[in-house]
Amino acid sequence: MSKRSIAQVLVGIDGNTVLFGARKIKTKLITEMHKHGLSEQVQVIETGSIGPANQGVIIGVYPAGEMYGNITEEEVVEFVQERFVKGRPYKKLLLSEKLPAGIDLTAYDSRKTQYLGRIVLDNCGKINPEDIEEYIGMRGYEALGIILKEKTSEEVIKIVRDSGLKGRGGAGFPTGLKWSFTAKVKDTPKYVICNADEGEPGTFKDRLIMEGDPHKVLEGMAICGYAIGANTGYIYIRGEYQLSIQRLEKAIKDAEKLGLLGENIFGTDFDFQVKIKIGAGSYVCGEETALLTSMEGFRGEPRFKPPFPAESGFLAKPTNINNVETFANIAPIILNGAEWFKKLGTESSSGTKVYTVLGHIKRSGLIEVPMGVTLREIIYDYAGGMSSGNFKMTQIGGTAGNLLSSEFLDVPLDFQSLKEVGYSLGSGAVLIMNETVSVVDFIKCCMKFFVHESCGKCTPCREGTRYAYEILDKISLGKGKADDIESLKLLGESMKDSSFCPFGQSAPNSLLNSLSLFPEEYNNLLIK
Amino acid sequence: MGCPCDEKELTDKQKYKQLKEFINESKNKKGYLIPVLHMAQVIFGFLPPEVQNFVAKEMNTPVSVVTGVVTFYSYFKIFPTGRHTITICLGTACYVRGAKKIMEELEKKLGIKIGETTEDKRFSMGVQRCLGACGLAPVIMIDKDVHGRISAQKLDKILELYK
Repeated sequence: MSKRSIAQVLVGIDGNTVLFGARKIKTKLITEMHKHGLSEQVQVIETGSIGPANQGVIIGVYPAGEMYGNITEEEVVEFVQERFVKGRPYKKLLLSEKLPAGIDLTAYDSRKTQYLGRIVLDNCGKINPEDIEEYIGMRGYEALGIILKEKTSEEVIKIVRDSGLKGRGGAGFPTGLKWSFTAKVKDTPKYVICNADEGEPGTFKDRLIMEGDPHKVLEGMAICGYAIGANTGYIYIRGEYQLSIQRLEKAIKDAEKLGLLGENIFGTDFDFQVKIKIGAGSYVCGEETALLTSMEGFRGEPRFKPPFPAESGFLAKPTNINNVETFANIAPIILNGAEWFKKLGTESSSGTKVYTVLGHIKRSGLIEVPMGVTLREIIYDYAGGMSSGNFKMTQIGGTAGNLLSSEFLDVPLDFQSLKEVGYSLGSGAVLIMNETVSVVDFIKCCMKFFVHESCGKCTPCREGTRYAYEILDKISLGKGKADDIESLKLLGESMKDSSFCPFGQSAPNSLLNSLSLFPEEYNNLLIK
Repeated sequence: MGCPCDEKELTDKQKYKQLKEFINESKNKKGYLIPVLHMAQVIFGFLPPEVQNFVAKEMNTPVSVVTGVVTFYSYFKIFPTGRHTITICLGTACYVRGAKKIMEELEKKLGIKIGETTEDKRFSMGVQRCLGACGLAPVIMIDKDVHGRISAQKLDKILELYK
């Protein structure tokens, strides 16, 4: 920024908005500003996802904090004229929600006295993800500098452990503990792997984190490298995530240029390199041992644990694998301390959680809320309520997650509370459905997914998913009998108990939930 | 990975030569089978048995391993595809927003089923379980373009864009 601008227009450029021509709109905005001689007063900035995902191209105006949606190229002319020449809000496209800085998040969290803002998405929609200096301006890479100069690797692990951070990929394993396992192993070289193979239907949080703030993920990985004694990091990412790949590649290059990654980081003797590995399309590769096999160039089939990746992971060397969101939490924890982090969320689960909220609601998109927020709050406070019909059910955590009916609306969403009712938090997808969705059809669709994606290594999963699908198909066509329900239950329970990896163990989750929550939907379809 | 497909249509001999060069560059690195197959698919468009045999031989790996990998990942194709590939997202978010209807409509319009190619080689059709664009559900992808909030009425207009 050479001259001080009095207003900033942020254009949210992510996978969703690009499809609606966000880049063209950015160019058009710049030309229009120029036409009106406003180029110096109003700065047009590219940023990551601003939040809403079903409102076309989103632009934000600071300092007013206004958010506009569904803007088209033609509309830019009028928008600039109205908003910046005449200086009044462009009501036609103004969204009711405000930009993150303007949201009063404290109102939603009654358990803690104060909500301290967003952690993972703090910079998303504020900074230009392709400009490393903007990240540095938000205290970027400061955490890495501090630990390299002032802290031992044990101290770093202790901070992470004390913070109570748990893995955000779904299983919720304590991150600090995981790091300490790999740190203890003597064998070298060690590896840090960032699991960005986000294939869970309905989940796209990792993509928006990488697109919106790639450096935060890289910094988290480098800190992990220092803590466990690794000098190489890999990001295993879905091939479909083109924009994430581009931005990460650029971020790595920029960081290396400034000596923040690569050799002798911050002039110390710590080296850390990050490389990107692109997946070839397989859901099961999100499971950590399958991911390792895939990275080694084979069919992505899971391996037996133990040995755990901490001892024998990538190329049989000690490896630490974490999810994108987990890594994005690291730098803020180092900067603000474990106590700060623990103040957010609940007793059992500290910090925040990023959710992608979808389905029959008014505002779908990405939200970051403290752990422990209830479904009711997500639907009615954050998502603006149902878009049509009445609430019937929610699937949380994606296809492998759980199905919840209205009686669960007030259960706090955190690891422990869900475990108590027999559920798990999963990946962060929250799919909300109204009464138009048939339970049997929906479960059948989920099961089809598992039939397709099962890797075929173990029989309970390979055959179980197929038979479950066939029985569901039969019932949905009105040809089912009462004993089919019993078979489904038995099949589901057996898969849970005997499948080789979490894929097969979680595949029947929603099926079993639906059988106990909505038995009448099945019974109505049976031959009497 | 430089894309060699910008050049004019190569002869088979040239294609194999190109692939061989890439394999030689990366032969000794561990875990390079998948990148080699990515490259082979860029060069040949799909991975027929001959290409798989060639890769196996050059990389000194059993053909069974190569075929195992090719058939495991949805990205790799063993049959030639049409000029344009339509991918229908059947992820749960798209499903509840009516993706099944879109699929049926496309099958009717093009006269082909999932996994098939039209006779004029214009379109191939496949499904994907979530493209990660759930905010735009239901979604279809044609080649590299994602079309969001599709309805049966919009399909003709979209298909027109791909000759």
